[in-house]
Amino acid sequence: MADVNPGNRPLSPHLQVYRWPLNMALSILHRITGTAMGVTGVLIVWYFLALATGPDYFETASAVLTSWFGDIVLFLSVCALWLHFANGVRHLIWDTGSHFGLKTSKRSAYIGIGFAVVMVIVTIIVG
Amino acid sequence: MVEFALPKNSRIRTGKTWPKPEGAKNVRKFLIYRWSPEDGENPRVDTYFVDMDTCGPMVLDALIKIKNEIDPTLTFRRSCREGICGSCAMNIDGGNELACIFGLDEIKGDVKIYPLPHMQVVKDLIPDLTQFYAQHASIMPWLETKTNPPHKEWRQSIEDRKQLDGLYECVMCACCSASCPSYWWNSDRYLGPAALLHAYRWIIDSRDEATGERLDDLEDPFKLYRCHTIMNCAQTCPKGLNLAKAIAEVKKLMVQRTV
Repeated sequence: MADVNPGNRPLSPHLQVYRWPLNMALSILHRITGTAMGVTGVLIVWYFLALATGPDYFETASAVLTSWFGDIVLFLSVCALWLHFANGVRHLIWDTGSHFGLKTSKRSAYIGIGFAVVMVIVTIIVG
Repeated sequence: MVEFALPKNSRIRTGKTWPKPEGAKNVRKFLIYRWSPEDGENPRVDTYFVDMDTCGPMVLDALIKIKNEIDPTLTFRRSCREGICGSCAMNIDGGNELACIFGLDEIKGDVKIYPLPHMQVVKDLIPDLTQFYAQHASIMPWLETKTNPPHKEWRQSIEDRKQLDGLYECVMCACCSASCPSYWWNSDRYLGPAALLHAYRWIIDSRDEATGERLDDLEDPFKLYRCHTIMNCAQTCPKGLNLAKAIAEVKKLMVQRTV
């Protein structure tokens, strides 16, 4: 093909046309939740730092975390935690080389999501 | 590199709508990606209408019918029409398939056909697979031996031969690699599922004597470890092979030889 002018070859569409399988969605969610929890971690460290700094500063930090916005952030963090946990277990099992079948991996995806939903509810009730 | 949007020259515009076949009662709509290197324009999606009463059952039958009866400029690869040559791999209805063994009855609604995702397009539905083949060649897809060759052939027990089932059937159609987001973003350094499946096929071949070298070659942050078990490869493989498992087995062997 060296003698043919390739022209300005386009890149074929990818995300634009690919139908998302469940496992692909869970895979990217695993990364997003992992990163998001890192941010929540910083938030929690900030909360403890405020606690150590003194009552005034703690008042501010506590107000932020218990505001409606703080509630949303913490709720999403709890969701992220359990989804990441469930998916992490799936990855550990995969690392042993088993449960790779199409049906098996789909079933474990549903089990993981179900487990995460239950644990989020349990966390909220207990917390 | 991760880039979600398509580059400027790759954005798709609406194309031509070709006339419906006259007198046909059972008509189906086909939306097909078109790009020609000759006119200097962006890719487009053309609309075709096919008379299903006179069309064969597979997607390839419809493509050949369009080429024969409606638009002879439509360009695609095909050869064996029975899923063994791997030529007609393309993105059909959102998944990567071999057009010859993918039934039109498996698709709901309009039939949308694009080239394999995230590849340089040569023309219409034909992607440039140069890199894909080079990666395959890089894993040494042949028997490597050090001992003197036997008088006749290199022999293998039935059990050892069984290890290769589910691996040797690969037809190198590139459906898997073109379905893998990791390969989309890092195809310059990540080998992709197809090449890794072949790597594993030779690593576990009882007759091969270069297992260590093969594993050494894959010990690299990108070549092997860009696989994050997204599972699209196994999901899409038209031959039903489990590439994700083969890659996981390679990762396991990597760990096993260090402990």
